[in-house]
Amino acid sequence: MKTLLKVESLSKHYEGRRGLVGRLTGAPHTVVRAVNDVSFSVERGEILGLIGESGCGKSTLGRAILRLHEPTAGRVMFDSKEVTALDAPALKALRRRMQIIFQDPYASLNPRRTVAQIVGLPLRLHGLASSEAEARAITARICERVGLKANQLDRYPHQFSGGQRQRIGIARALVSNPEFIVCDEPVSALDVSIQAQIIALLLELKREMGLTYLFISHDISVIGYLADRVAVMYLGEIVEMGPVEAILARPRHPYTQSLMSAVPKVEASGRRARIRLTGDLPSPLHPPAGCKFHTRCPLALDICRSTAPLRETVGEGHIAACHRLGEDISLLEDGAA
Amino acid sequence: MSAPPAPALLVPEAPQKAESIFHRNLATFAANRLAMASAVVVVLFVLMAVLAPFVAPHDPNETDLFRRMQPPAWLPGGEWSYALGCDALGRDILSRIIYGARISIFIGTAVILVATSIGILAGLASGYLRGWVDVVISRIVDILLGFPYLIFAIGLMAMMGPGLWNIILALAYKEWVIPCRVVRGETLVTRELEYVEAARALGASRWHIMLREILPNILSPVIVVSTIRMAHVIILEASLSFLGLGVQPPTASWGSMVADGRAFILEAWWVSTFPGLAILLLVLAINVASQGLRDAFDPRFQE
Repeated sequence: MKTLLKVESLSKHYEGRRGLVGRLTGAPHTVVRAVNDVSFSVERGEILGLIGESGCGKSTLGRAILRLHEPTAGRVMFDSKEVTALDAPALKALRRRMQIIFQDPYASLNPRRTVAQIVGLPLRLHGLASSEAEARAITARICERVGLKANQLDRYPHQFSGGQRQRIGIARALVSNPEFIVCDEPVSALDVSIQAQIIALLLELKREMGLTYLFISHDISVIGYLADRVAVMYLGEIVEMGPVEAILARPRHPYTQSLMSAVPKVEASGRRARIRLTGDLPSPLHPPAGCKFHTRCPLALDICRSTAPLRETVGEGHIAACHRLGEDISLLEDGAA
Repeated sequence: MSAPPAPALLVPEAPQKAESIFHRNLATFAANRLAMASAVVVVLFVLMAVLAPFVAPHDPNETDLFRRMQPPAWLPGGEWSYALGCDALGRDILSRIIYGARISIFIGTAVILVATSIGILAGLASGYLRGWVDVVISRIVDILLGFPYLIFAIGLMAMMGPGLWNIILALAYKEWVIPCRVVRGETLVTRELEYVEAARALGASRWHIMLREILPNILSPVIVVSTIRMAHVIILEASLSFLGLGVQPPTASWGSMVADGRAFILEAWWVSTFPGLAILLLVLAINVASQGLRDAFDPRFQE
């Protein structure tokens, strides 16, 4: 397999506004480190699942990769092109090949435009159809492929249900024949029954069109079902990453373990102890020193409060960042730790 | 103008039928009787203005000194061919009101068209591009808002001299600030929505995003504000004319007619009163109609 996307030390920081007094006294900007020094790569044809709780920066990461939000530092390489260094025309040309599917099927479709206009927009922007008739034909084909009817093309988004709207969003992302899609929680706004349909559709489309997904979700069961590899994010940093089997079978980082413990299990003996994290996600405005997870970690030691752990390889393609990896503690097993 | 069969249009999910938000809003508006009645009054005023040469019983500038301050038809000394009486120069007041509607409506429409066009462009640029563009435009808006409107217009008129186009300029010079602020505010909200981000992800240009993605979605409040402001502009024009800074005599304008009759308000109240009532009726009708528009088109007033 060939690497399609390579993210190197990507950071996205937001500078807070300073008031007049702050500006005059030269007070430093308050900085939100939404994404901090994140590196990973995605192979062609792979699904990389990105998981983490709300506010951990996973959506920002997805948008920074597409340069919808300009990254503060780091590089993004797409098919050996440096996305982060492209000028506007080159970036526009590349947008045809990398797309995004949004979380909210209500906010992501312009209410004043018809399905044909919404889905056909990329064709017009990139001159992919030689005539209006051809654009319409391509639009109709992709819409039928995602499960919409040809006679619904001239309807407006508000005439569709949430699941159908998400299909429109998928059709829009796919109409320009892209290679890489950022799926930004594409099913978390949908009913559970619809979720399964959309996930099945995304998997079918991936196989047919040879797509590569960065699949962002906060739902570990969705990620476990469809991802090839998983990256776990906490407060703007990747704390653990590896093949999905390894992560599911033997999560190494205490944060991953606590996420796993939240998944309900249907097993006679499967009442495992739920690891409850105390407290909220710390504010990214004032992230804790040392390991960012130490404020909520049941295993935290003194070193965790002062020194940030380094990434260590713990298995085949499996990395984690924790000071206590060597002790091989599992919070999930009964009676452990 | 009877109300169209609204219930058929209001069915939420007409099967497989393209139903734009605009059409749905229009149906809501049509179902509002008071607003529809007001809209009819406004349309009648517009027709009256356009067809003035055909509907006016007399030449508005024809003087007849034997009819000086002739009272309205229903008072002693009045006659039905001069239904609302005559002014101090013996001109037919009804005909002058009919011709005066041309001035009020033309200036009102022209000012609003010019101001809204400028306001939309400035507001979109300010709200979407942000940065120094926003700073410059917002400061200009703040400065213009700092002046009292009428004083500002009087000053401009005094500088430029009276005249139809100068009135339009003097009023539009400040009026664009209102739609600009509305558009900027709406743009600031809309630019953060995911469909705008989606358009950017697809490679759309700034122009495409501002004019095709954002503008259609913020047009409703702009239309509503513009109609409300139209009534305001008509009053301002009448005020300028009343002060003698508007259209110059002998051209009939409601404001100058009110001013003309001011000197004899006790002996001949009709000279000022009827043009005053015309202003009142048109402005009221526009206001009520625009309330209906707001209820129908502004999503914040929809349940």
